[in-house]
Amino acid sequence: MDELITVRFFGMVAEKLGKQELVLENPGNSDRLLEHLNENYPDLKEIKFSLAVNKKLCTEPSIIPIGAEVAILPPFSGG
Amino acid sequence: MNRFERQLILPGFGTEGQEKLRNSSVAVIGAGGLGSPILLYLAAAGVGKITVVDGDEVSLSNLNRQVIFGEMDLGKKKAEAVVDYFRSKYSDIEWTVISDFISTENAKEILSPHHLIIDGSDNFPTRYLVNDACVLLKKPLVFGAIYQHEGQVSVFNLNRNSCQYRDLFPDMPSAAEIPNCSETGVLGVLPGIIGNLMALEAIKVLSRLGEVLDNRVLYFNSLTSETYDLQISPSFKARAAAPADWDSLQAINYELACEGIETLDWDDAFRRAGHGTMLVDVRELEEEPPLVCSALTKIPMSVLPQQLEKLEDAESIFFFCQTGIRSQKAALLIKSHFPDKATYSIKGGISALKTNSRSNG
Repeated sequence: MDELITVRFFGMVAEKLGKQELVLENPGNSDRLLEHLNENYPDLKEIKFSLAVNKKLCTEPSIIPIGAEVAILPPFSGG
Repeated sequence: MNRFERQLILPGFGTEGQEKLRNSSVAVIGAGGLGSPILLYLAAAGVGKITVVDGDEVSLSNLNRQVIFGEMDLGKKKAEAVVDYFRSKYSDIEWTVISDFISTENAKEILSPHHLIIDGSDNFPTRYLVNDACVLLKKPLVFGAIYQHEGQVSVFNLNRNSCQYRDLFPDMPSAAEIPNCSETGVLGVLPGIIGNLMALEAIKVLSRLGEVLDNRVLYFNSLTSETYDLQISPSFKARAAAPADWDSLQAINYELACEGIETLDWDDAFRRAGHGTMLVDVRELEEEPPLVCSALTKIPMSVLPQQLEKLEDAESIFFFCQTGIRSQKAALLIKSHFPDKATYSIKGGISALKTNSRSNG
């Protein structure tokens, strides 16, 4: 089970993908995760988002540790 | 006994905290779904000076969440209606009404006099502009935003080691990156909750109470009642993306834009309209207000890709929607199918034609 990671989707990403969460085998780093997501969910390409690993925002490509929780965070503008 | 008795006896707040609130000046950008609870609680808590900035007018569809307003306020300027309401409630607050939208021209003047800025606006251009201005002015900014059933809250620029909004998202999304900008639904309670969290952060910053959401972003999902506490840190990317001085800020076009699409305002559109021109409303059929115009074609964005033949005969096409975002996407789509046609998007959409029609706030 340690080889799995959880990816949580927020806002319009969750809406577009029709799911809040995804469990998948750990691709090892954020670049490979993005590649995997873009391949499987082409809708993602149209949306701007940030990525966090274990509740820390990534400002550059990052290692994804085993069992990590990754979040895909699009901006919100409503008020 | 005074009206603040119950917070004066509160450990950790007391007369010192009250004095700090009384001597504070705050600007609230947007008197809408977030602005309503923010203003209600800042005023109740006794913030000394409050400036309300909103160029919008009250419309019927605002009332499910903009709880300061009622039916008697329909059509009134929001900033004025807010201050009328509070003047009859409390006599000890100094109010300033700014019935105008914040812009690159007025941002410095509007924000400079205050200790704290609160962004309860409803669109990306305003959010980036307010952020950039607060960075230049070194003013703390309480930030909050919602999307359907989710909301987020943070405090930016609290001190030299604090993040700004661009640490979260360095660049503004383009119009193409906002998949659906037609007015999204919202239950009034969500902006109520997020606005209250913003008011709480504001009071904490002003009275130096507790730990504020500095370098943290708190997310709340109203469907699952789950929270998500994100840690952020100042980045070089954010500093590089933000304007370095006021001249650079004024040179930024904060409008949401699609590359390669020409935009024009309503005056230009009417001036250029003539033989071979089509004016196309790409809003969905139920969207209001309708535009009364004899030479109008309605093709909602949702069916436009299937109805391209309707545009075949036009030489030039002017698209408009509610705020000018979907119309840019429409123009982009048409350009790819009919590269020879002159296609334009009307800046600001129907909202720019008739300001009191805006209801997304």
